[in-house]
Amino acid sequence: MSAAHWRRAMNTAAPGVRVSVSKQTPASSTHAVPRSTHYTAAATYQASGWWSRLWAPVHLRHWLVMAAVLLYPLVASPFFTYQIGAQSLALGLIALSLTFLGGYGGMVSLSQMTVAGLSSYLIAIFGTSSLQTISLGWPWWLACVFAVLISVVFATAIGWLSVRTEGIHTIMITLAIGVAFFYLTQQNYVLFNGFQGFSKLGAPTIGEVDFTDPVAFYFLALGCALCGYWAIKYVVRAPFGLALQGIRDNPRRMNSLGFNVTAHRLAAHAFAGLLASVGGILLVWYNNRISPGSINTGALINILVIAVLGGMKHPIGAFIGSLTFVLLQNFAIDLVDRQRFNLVIGSVFLLIVFFSPDGLLGLWQKFRARWLISSATTAPGSRRS
Amino acid sequence: MSRGRLAFWWLLVLPLVLLALWGLWDDAILFLKTFLNGLTLASLYFIVASGFTLVFGLMRNVNLAHGSLFLVGAYVGWIIGDQTGSWLLAVLAGFIASAVLGVVIQVVVFRRMQGEDLRQTLVTIGLSIVLADLMLWYFGGEIYTFDPPAWIYGTMSLPIIEKFPTYRIIVLLIAIVIGFLLWGLLNGTRIGMMIRAGVDDRAMLSASGVNVQRIFALTFALGAGLAGLAGVVGGTALSISPGEDTRYLLASLVVVIVGGMGSVPGAAIGALLIGLAEQFGQAYAPTYSVVFTFVIMIIALAFRPRGVLGNAT
Repeated sequence: MSAAHWRRAMNTAAPGVRVSVSKQTPASSTHAVPRSTHYTAAATYQASGWWSRLWAPVHLRHWLVMAAVLLYPLVASPFFTYQIGAQSLALGLIALSLTFLGGYGGMVSLSQMTVAGLSSYLIAIFGTSSLQTISLGWPWWLACVFAVLISVVFATAIGWLSVRTEGIHTIMITLAIGVAFFYLTQQNYVLFNGFQGFSKLGAPTIGEVDFTDPVAFYFLALGCALCGYWAIKYVVRAPFGLALQGIRDNPRRMNSLGFNVTAHRLAAHAFAGLLASVGGILLVWYNNRISPGSINTGALINILVIAVLGGMKHPIGAFIGSLTFVLLQNFAIDLVDRQRFNLVIGSVFLLIVFFSPDGLLGLWQKFRARWLISSATTAPGSRRS
Repeated sequence: MSRGRLAFWWLLVLPLVLLALWGLWDDAILFLKTFLNGLTLASLYFIVASGFTLVFGLMRNVNLAHGSLFLVGAYVGWIIGDQTGSWLLAVLAGFIASAVLGVVIQVVVFRRMQGEDLRQTLVTIGLSIVLADLMLWYFGGEIYTFDPPAWIYGTMSLPIIEKFPTYRIIVLLIAIVIGFLLWGLLNGTRIGMMIRAGVDDRAMLSASGVNVQRIFALTFALGAGLAGLAGVVGGTALSISPGEDTRYLLASLVVVIVGGMGSVPGAAIGALLIGLAEQFGQAYAPTYSVVFTFVIMIIALAFRPRGVLGNAT
């Protein structure tokens, strides 16, 4: 019963990417199976050469956003570049992993921040920190490689546990795992240094560039975020991504078509774990420290808030959500007491969930649809396609 | 149960029995005290989780604001207890406050979003954030404790371990009474019959002329009220402070995951396992006590994905 409702809820989260594919190849709409859609689309692409194929999905709005984020540090103050820009990008990358899992895989996992937190901790344990007794003092790149690798393995293990369940159970199990990890880091002093955590974990100097500088760090975060964004855009159009969306919509049918449902879900968890661990490394460099407070229940839920706030229909929602969240976090003090930030963000979250389940993106789409209908009097049903 | 399965369970249980024997031989007082403390904690977890599992079983509603209901009941109970000086009134007030809030949540949130699991979860998460912050605002970050009445205060003498706080035994008794009352309600009364019918087939129950919405509201009130009652009872045994809501929410989650969603006996088994594991962990391996809880959850999930007493779907 609940699984059916779940699937229905997730059905509406059809990403825009598939839309553009079916627009280019009207014939593919006759195929029910996503895989054949992909092949038809690929055939069309091959006919038009690799250069145009590469640029086909790039629209004017992409250029505009790209120009905006590149020029942003030139006009913004270091505070806006670092506190707002870089933090939004790092948090957005972690939220992006949840958007991928939830929006395209139908698995809402609350433990993405836990994966990110583990990679932050591993950076502290393998690299250099204030604690000479625990930190191994490896060079930064080796620490990064191992942090990402171990975090991906950890994310896959979480996935292995949670893919046995569906819908609401997934949320509960990942929440339980996340909180258990939080308590472990708080109680363990041998490896995680308990309540104190680690500090002095600033970004490294690579070659001539000191990445603790706001602008340099902003571009590092931007580079990672863009890679993550394009990776998602690519993966959801690749056979794996299409199969994953098929599994989201109807696991039983995909199973009978010969797809290994569990393996696809596990791979999705591993991929999301990769994004989250990169986000975790950025976040630890941004914060300069890691402690259990960074991965407590509130932090786990913040990632969900960010993803839902922006909207899980499209990968850009994660970044819109994180920007909104960070702006609220920094400027809610002007409206209310600093202590009451949770009240503000909780209320905004409640309002969004109550009135626009697809987040700010959904709000924008609703607005656009209404505006289009009133101006061009298009058929109401056309909004969906 | 086939012979292979039986052997497997023995493989799981035998090391535990051996460990228990070693614990008894090593330090009987510590072992028995930890055991009793574990039972007390399990009782608290059972009271909180039984409400959670009842609501889930009947309505398929995952109420992630359950921990907030616990804290609301505890704080309201504290105010009433402070004003009247009566602990029993505080317990009653905690029950009623959470039950009323629970009904409001049911009517305002869940009734509007019937069947939309994800949205319900998100809304209750949002609610718990807002409620937690409102309570922090009003009550501050201090730790509140209750004064139990004199007749359950102090210690009582038991064989072997000599002294044990009377109140913890009372908590255990309260949980047992609640367990039996719930069992009696579900199996012996007309309303219980309707609730059980609703768990099995909501649509059919509605078709046979029962006002399902009223049953839903009643069950929700009962489940929420149990959380509030546990707030006062647990606040007396331990204490009340911000953050307890997530702790008990997590405990309820793990208990129902281990025990099986929607099953009250399952909640009892889950609570017993988790409560004992937590206390023994804290007594014998303080650094890793949380890991034990986690390991139990993994074992339960790996072999019984729907919980020890969970049925299919």
